[in-house]
Amino acid sequence: MQPFPFSAIVGQDEMKQAMILTAIDASIGGVLVFGDRGTGKSTAVRALAALLPPIKAIKGCPINGEKAKDVPDWAGLTSKRSHETPTPVVDLPLGATEDRVTGALDIEKALTKGEKAFQPGLLARANRGYLYIDEVNLLEDHIVDLLLDVAQSGENVVEREGLSIRHAARFVLVGSGNPEEGELRPQLLDRFGLSVEVASPKEVETRVEVIKRRDAFENDNAAFMLRWQAEDAAIRDKILTARKSLAKLKTSDKTLTDVAELCLALGSDGLRGELTLLKAARAYAAWRDDTALTRAHLRAVAPMALRHRLRRDPLDEAGSGTRVTRTVEEVLG
Amino acid sequence: MASQSWTHATLALQLLTVDPGLGGICIRARSGPVRDRLTAMIAANARRLHPAISDEALFGGLDLSATLASGHLVQQNGLLATPGPLVLAMAERATTALAARLAVALDRNDDHCLIALDEGAEPDEVLNPKLAERLAFHVDLSECRLNDAGDAVPVTRTKVALRDVTMPTDIIAQVTRIAVDLGIDSMRAPLFAMRAARAHAALAGNTKVTQDDLEIACALTLAHRATRIPEPETEEEPPAPPPEQNDENKGEDTLDLPDELLLEAVRALLPDNLLEQITARKARAGRGNGTGAARKGNRRGRPLPSRAGRISDGARIDIIGTLRAAAPWQTIRRNASGREGLQIRPADIRIKRFEEKSDRLLIFTVDASGSAALSRLAEAKGAVELLLAQAYARRDHVALVAFRGTEAELLLPPTRSLVQTKRRLAALPGGGGTPLAAGMVTAFDQATQASRRGLTPTIAILTDGRANIALDGRADRKQAATDAQQIARVLRASNVDAIVIDTGNRPEPALRNLAQTLDAAYLPLPRADAERLSKSVAAALAD
Repeated sequence: MQPFPFSAIVGQDEMKQAMILTAIDASIGGVLVFGDRGTGKSTAVRALAALLPPIKAIKGCPINGEKAKDVPDWAGLTSKRSHETPTPVVDLPLGATEDRVTGALDIEKALTKGEKAFQPGLLARANRGYLYIDEVNLLEDHIVDLLLDVAQSGENVVEREGLSIRHAARFVLVGSGNPEEGELRPQLLDRFGLSVEVASPKEVETRVEVIKRRDAFENDNAAFMLRWQAEDAAIRDKILTARKSLAKLKTSDKTLTDVAELCLALGSDGLRGELTLLKAARAYAAWRDDTALTRAHLRAVAPMALRHRLRRDPLDEAGSGTRVTRTVEEVLG
Repeated sequence: MASQSWTHATLALQLLTVDPGLGGICIRARSGPVRDRLTAMIAANARRLHPAISDEALFGGLDLSATLASGHLVQQNGLLATPGPLVLAMAERATTALAARLAVALDRNDDHCLIALDEGAEPDEVLNPKLAERLAFHVDLSECRLNDAGDAVPVTRTKVALRDVTMPTDIIAQVTRIAVDLGIDSMRAPLFAMRAARAHAALAGNTKVTQDDLEIACALTLAHRATRIPEPETEEEPPAPPPEQNDENKGEDTLDLPDELLLEAVRALLPDNLLEQITARKARAGRGNGTGAARKGNRRGRPLPSRAGRISDGARIDIIGTLRAAAPWQTIRRNASGREGLQIRPADIRIKRFEEKSDRLLIFTVDASGSAALSRLAEAKGAVELLLAQAYARRDHVALVAFRGTEAELLLPPTRSLVQTKRRLAALPGGGGTPLAAGMVTAFDQATQASRRGLTPTIAILTDGRANIALDGRADRKQAATDAQQIARVLRASNVDAIVIDTGNRPEPALRNLAQTLDAAYLPLPRADAERLSKSVAAALAD
């Protein structure tokens, strides 16, 4: 069954916006969605997969290489024809072993033919696409370590069982989870470009609308999908236009100063905060079809780009999003 | 006459058979004839799970014996690969990790439903909330005696297909409203209520959802999720605006059912001790366990001799050990099978083992304020020194936080160096206010950092409890106490062990409260010498 259409998700605008921004500029570095049970986290991520425009890739390439030279030698491909394929969205299940994530010795070939061959893992399949981890805060520590390394370098290096293989693994990390069930290590938190917090809608009308659409999706699927097809397509086109106009976007020095001042005032560690904020603001400006970056853009994306980079204040019950908004008001006026 | 809970349980199981998309049911009952009679209704193709089930059994993996015997890679399917009901016994013992895996499976596949048998005895031993959320029904049979239990109802096929059942359009708004009135936040609850209503109609052979369907569906799916008891309406609500009649079909398709009627149906099922349950639920949420605390037995640490075992998730094969185990049999096996080459059987497999102990970190948070300095600072210092000696013997790590004046200071980051600790402690000056909250924050920071590194932190707070400096450094006795309580809640929520030692001349009630909030041992030690203090602390820590 096709996933729930992205455009049919009621409300949750910040989450949808964050996902669209990473679709425009993949180098922003992923989205982390934290929230209560039953707020549509998983629905949105699966919907995004269906929304994304297809990519060009060599047919049969294990790492979805775009050009013939991208195809690794160990793939053993003879014909290198390119075709259009949907943007890969790979699920990383909680129970995944290290072998399945990084790839390992192909046991079948080793046993039957006595050949030393490499069997690519989930990281290879996620190259140029999305890697989705549900319940990311419950992921085993040794898998987290592995992901950190690969997400940082964009390259998966396998040195085991006599194999020595490296291949590109550039993917957008999408994680979802419920913070009550376990904290995420700050190192992994930092690797996510944007972070959003979702909650159930509070107004009865909105809730009714959510239920209505879900009910229609389950019981009148064909008509429902048809109804939302056009709006999904509109979002897809807008993403493609934004990708093109991103390069032409002007960034003034004044904006750079604003970005730096904002991050200084918030005391976020490292420079990744500045870089992500800038990239996200640029993507947002492109999405809005604006030609120059302004403070309005910064203001709009600052909470999602920075809220997970603050030092945790155990007494702050309002959440770090409010802290960011307050500081943005102070710095940018 | 069968009791109501029994009728509901059988009905819920029937509805599940009609529509597995309802997720499942949680049956809270001890093992016994009542439960046996109920579980007899579960379809024969149901698979049984247990809380310690491995990922391999769930998701499938390499079939080692078949692979080794045939020389080809043979994969075996996991329990989740084939559709059908899953029965989870002792569901209250399911770990968060297992709950997460099952939740993902329930989300993805409409053909699975989960029947969780919850055998919890205490109110806080319940099914993981993550799973409970995804199951439509919850019945409690613990009060149901065998005489009250009716007969098992045979599960029959419905005459009406589920998708032919129509639902009046105004029901959606109504069910949502009721869920809000009952304080149910999740959007899954109203969806389940409607699905159940549809299934109930199909079960009765109707093509239209009626009032009865909706009433029983709401009662079954919403009552156990309620977080507040809706106020009985004393005033008559203004009559709802007449439904728009611009669409003829719409007017025909509505069901004139007042909200109160549905609410009444749910309210009748609300447990008497709802408020206690809610508090229990909250406390549990605060006690959740994060990742990182689990100790893996086969990845790192001090190596132990390898031993025979099965390859499961994360286990490493000891290749040398395996070859050594297989070596003596090679001639016999070669003759028996007629195959050439090395022949390894599953029984030869040796698994590497490591032993890793989580080190303990004792964070001493010492009050060095003026009030403490006058009376007990020297004794507290002496006690800490004695404790240090014990910690040294056990190879525990020690950190030292002191608070005085307006702020707290980390005098000594986690270390095993006894000499250094003693020196810092001796040089600790006294005087100034008592910023208890600030001291606890510093200790908490150390504790979280330590647990991330795999240590097990324990915070020992030594104070006379007269907190008078608030977190922001102002001298405000009331605010200081509030701050301390708040931090204590945070500490408890993050599952840090603590012990509160009252060094005042008289036991301080505020400190006892603080210890209660912390869920910590409270040791009032008026006029205690260092020796006794150290003994009591050692006893409190030894558990």
